[in-house]
Amino acid sequence: MINASLKQLSQALATKQISSVELTRLFLDRIARLNPVLNAFVTVDAEKSLNSARTADARIAAGTAGQLTGIPIAQKDIFCAEGWRTTCGSKMLANFVSPYDATVIRKMHGEAGMVSLGKTNMDEFAMGSSNETSFFGPVRNPWDTERVPGGSSGGSATAVAARLAPAATGTDTGGSIRQPAALCSLTGLKPTYGVVSRYGMIAFASSLDQGGPMAASAEDCALLLNTMAGFDERDSTSLERPVEDYARDLDKPLAGLRIGLPREFFGEGCDAGVMAAVRAAIAEYEKLGATAVEVSLPNSHLSVPAYYVIAPAEASSNLSRFDGVRYGYRAEDYGSLDDMYMKSRAQGFGAEVKRRILIGTYVLSHGYYDAYYLQAQRIRRLIADDFVEAFKSCDVIMGPTSPSTAFKLGEKAADPVQMYLSDIYTIAVNLAGLPGMSVPCGFAGGLPVGLQLIGNYFGEAQLLNVAHRYQQATDWHQRRPPGIA
Amino acid sequence: MSLTLEQVQRIAHLARIEISESEARTTQSHLNGIFQLIEQMQAVDTRGVEPMAHAQELSQRLRPDAVTEENRRAAFQAVAPETEAGLYLVPKVIE
Repeated sequence: MINASLKQLSQALATKQISSVELTRLFLDRIARLNPVLNAFVTVDAEKSLNSARTADARIAAGTAGQLTGIPIAQKDIFCAEGWRTTCGSKMLANFVSPYDATVIRKMHGEAGMVSLGKTNMDEFAMGSSNETSFFGPVRNPWDTERVPGGSSGGSATAVAARLAPAATGTDTGGSIRQPAALCSLTGLKPTYGVVSRYGMIAFASSLDQGGPMAASAEDCALLLNTMAGFDERDSTSLERPVEDYARDLDKPLAGLRIGLPREFFGEGCDAGVMAAVRAAIAEYEKLGATAVEVSLPNSHLSVPAYYVIAPAEASSNLSRFDGVRYGYRAEDYGSLDDMYMKSRAQGFGAEVKRRILIGTYVLSHGYYDAYYLQAQRIRRLIADDFVEAFKSCDVIMGPTSPSTAFKLGEKAADPVQMYLSDIYTIAVNLAGLPGMSVPCGFAGGLPVGLQLIGNYFGEAQLLNVAHRYQQATDWHQRRPPGIA
Repeated sequence: MSLTLEQVQRIAHLARIEISESEARTTQSHLNGIFQLIEQMQAVDTRGVEPMAHAQELSQRLRPDAVTEENRRAAFQAVAPETEAGLYLVPKVIE
């Protein structure tokens, strides 16, 4: 049961091989045993989870269950869940118990009847690529506990990789689903911007943030996206589109598929072992009937600089809500109102979050707006146009998800720029608003490597198809970390 | 471009984040490293390129002007640092 797919779990529950309460206990026991080392969860509430499981069992008995009813899932601690502590990895929200549900949570708990196992650790306010900026300490990678799981959805990645949960939610602003999926050997999907509601998902950079599933396979991700996606009037950027079954094309043959390989993703700057695994994956796709064509994303090298203007600018605005008045941390001692703001924010935010607020404040300030913010938005357009051009000659784009495998804890923590560059292949996708995935495609030096798939707007079903066919032909996604029993 | 210590302190003030002088020095060096990365943008000629604020070209939806939310003041104020009689308390602003 620990390694079962969501489809298998669904069948086991439907045929009464196991109850949701038993299944939930199984995973809660693993969390109790393994989390003290891995630190993947920051909040677990067994009674709350078991209550949901009992409700799910009643629905199964009554014949009103859906496909995912009773299946446990780990929730990134960026999603507000009513009655659950929701911290976003920050001291600022260390005692915040959400009075409402994010739309993603409401859909999972309500209509779908899934069981939340707890809230997963993450980089503070999703700002990081290693999970080391969390107020609750770093998460360890189950493939090598001296290494990072990636970030910002590092807790979710480790939880699924170590089978503390069958699947998890994540969010991706510059690579925060795909990079940890790559570093922990998972399948993760960042949908087209606007497909998954952002209501109740604590905002980092609102024009880039997008929630998505992290799981063992493309098939699992498809079932989860069916639950997560959909129009939401509470999110002003949610897209009004017909409901889709994201699993509908999973088995479609790949004959004739044109894979675009951006010249810029296959040059210098990527570890040789990562590149070898990615090239082997593309060779496998050619065996499945696809053809590779070279494409170019000539402005992709500008994605990291433009992102580190746009994302901090939006963050500085979004995080101004944390002022110690309506919710969150308030300093113990203060004088005036201004002093209360300044001390609460100085003590409540960690170093990386403060850095990004300062960058954002600067680039939006009088006299610098045109040179930085507007210039970044113009470059964002060039980057998005590059993809439009590339998709004229291919159906999907492939390349590495991350330029390296999981790095050691502390290795990049002292140098923000080195850390930022670990998202060099993922950020352009967020700037353009396209869907992207990471799929396990092998190992380098014993550590997992992720293949990135980038689709055209609303190409989720196709991406999942392309990933699923590869997973039918290979078994990388079924490998489990050897040290974790 | 290089930020001075005074500029860092000024930005921190605008962002309402208290910063000590030693923190400001560390921050100055980190921010200057980051701005070196960002400066790569300045070499690009973007004249005539329309700025892109958002991934989807959408206009804001309108909804009927009707009350759709219930009053949940007690629940929302339960998470506030300090309240009294339904009000949020802050230090005195007007003397």
